[in-house]
Amino acid sequence: MSLPSSIRCQFPALQQEVNGRPLVYLDSAATSQKPQRVIDAVSNFYETSCANVNRGAYELGRRSTNLYEGARTLLQEFIGAEHSEEIIFTKGCTEAINLAANSWSAEYLEYEDVILVSEMEHHANIVPWQMAAERHGARVIPIPVTFDCEIDLDQFESLLREEPVKMVAVKHICNATGTINPIEQIATMAKEAGSAVMIDGAQGLAHQRVSVKDLPIDFYAMASHKAYGPMGIGALYGKREVLRELPPYQGGGDMIRAVSFEDTTYRKPPGRFEAGTQNPADAAGFAEALRFISEVGVEALHQHETEIRIAAEKMLQDAGADIVGSPKEKAGIISFVLPRIHPHDFSTFSDQLGAAIRTGHHCCMPLMSSLGLPGTARVSLAAYNSIEDLNVLIEAIESARRIFA
Amino acid sequence: MLQELYQEVILDHSKSPRNSGVIDEPSHQAEGFNPFCGDQVKVMLIVDEGLIQEIRFSGQGCAISQASASMMTQAVKGHTVAEARDIFKTFHKAVTEDDEPDIDVLNELASLCGVKAYPSRIKCATLAWHAMEEALENHA
Ligand SMILES: Cc1ncc(COP(=O)(O)O)c(C=O)c1O
Repeated sequence: MSLPSSIRCQFPALQQEVNGRPLVYLDSAATSQKPQRVIDAVSNFYETSCANVNRGAYELGRRSTNLYEGARTLLQEFIGAEHSEEIIFTKGCTEAINLAANSWSAEYLEYEDVILVSEMEHHANIVPWQMAAERHGARVIPIPVTFDCEIDLDQFESLLREEPVKMVAVKHICNATGTINPIEQIATMAKEAGSAVMIDGAQGLAHQRVSVKDLPIDFYAMASHKAYGPMGIGALYGKREVLRELPPYQGGGDMIRAVSFEDTTYRKPPGRFEAGTQNPADAAGFAEALRFISEVGVEALHQHETEIRIAAEKMLQDAGADIVGSPKEKAGIISFVLPRIHPHDFSTFSDQLGAAIRTGHHCCMPLMSSLGLPGTARVSLAAYNSIEDLNVLIEAIESARRIFA
Repeated sequence: MLQELYQEVILDHSKSPRNSGVIDEPSHQAEGFNPFCGDQVKVMLIVDEGLIQEIRFSGQGCAISQASASMMTQAVKGHTVAEARDIFKTFHKAVTEDDEPDIDVLNELASLCGVKAYPSRIKCATLAWHAMEEALENHA
């Protein structure tokens, strides 16, 4: 494989046994494991720099604020944003989408407007829009997905033509099928129709390079924990002109300029959207994870995962599995079903052999119903995986088939 | 090891579930979901004067949840609502606690005790039962 196997050694959680077998972690789309340097960055914060951000005028406060703002600048550079104020820290991708859905909708969404979300969206990019639609009397309409598990661009075009579309919300990479969506094309089409655009980048950060300033999008939502970083932190990228017009998401300390009972005024972005005590510890870990990804290289990661994916798909098919979807552009994620074996039964077989895979609907119930599947088994790859990891899965398939055949 | 979880009788029930299908005019019904894996089951009953005359289930799920639903319908049909609740109690104990299962009450259901060793699968075994209990509560 294109990445050295020594990378695996940097991940302490991978050095253990499960059910008497070496742990084989194949669920990185749910959350990736963390390299030691990320774990150290988080604990180092608590050991040396623990203070509230933007508050204490003393040394620890300065360190904490520097780590936090340093992470912001690093993320800005990492995703190619023009200004650091375009990065709002949140507790995860879900909160990032909720923030946009709330604040953007409060400013722009009107009665009978339409929000388009693709049928393959994660519940996190459906439900916040449904809730916003309900508040404003707007409608959420799904963009159909083809049998190959790609967004149906013809149908998308018709919807843009026929409906008063104000927002198009789609994911960058599909956590259930691995589809890499043509976000630039989708965003361009949406903009030509006068719509705003939200990209759910939960699966994007560690797998596809983006340059948000070159994309005609309003928002890009991210999670640190799916990109080798700690849980509990994520971010929303929003174009400066867009963020400046939006009302706050939550009220509290830090997001205000001045508070009085006559007139409270808010800070400029990003502060306006970051109410209360922030999470500099995990921001420091997030930054360290971005450094890790940069050193390995997003392209190298994608190539590594692609090589394993292609070999793995063949192995799985030879073992009798049906791969779900065949999009032209695909990340290191494979969904498959086994004839006569329910995915949930299969996961017990793989768990028994020390392999961690995800089974079920992957928080994409509308996609599963449109594919007519109760769920799938999913393998998702990261830097530390190798093709040998797949041998265990094949062993699990064989032992499941001995019982279910 | 997994042969113990997936005993023949379980595989048999999951491949050819008994009392699967719908009742057109049930007196009681409820749906159960396992959000963790997407398993879904609907339990429909006809209860007349406290007696379970008819019970059917529909839905989809893993072998354990299907087999458990199938065995449940056989175990409670013809019993009173109170007896059905007792059987559930005995079954629930058998799949969660370490004591010897009460074979006299459970019969085939005792084959599901293997899930104890796989905590994430216990919900599969109890899904249809919770739906039945809810059905009986809601509309009794
Ligand atoms: C495509 C996609 N969007 C959103 C999310 C939600 O991310 P989080 O749970 O980190 O908020 C996920 C996580 O599974 C995802 O895969």
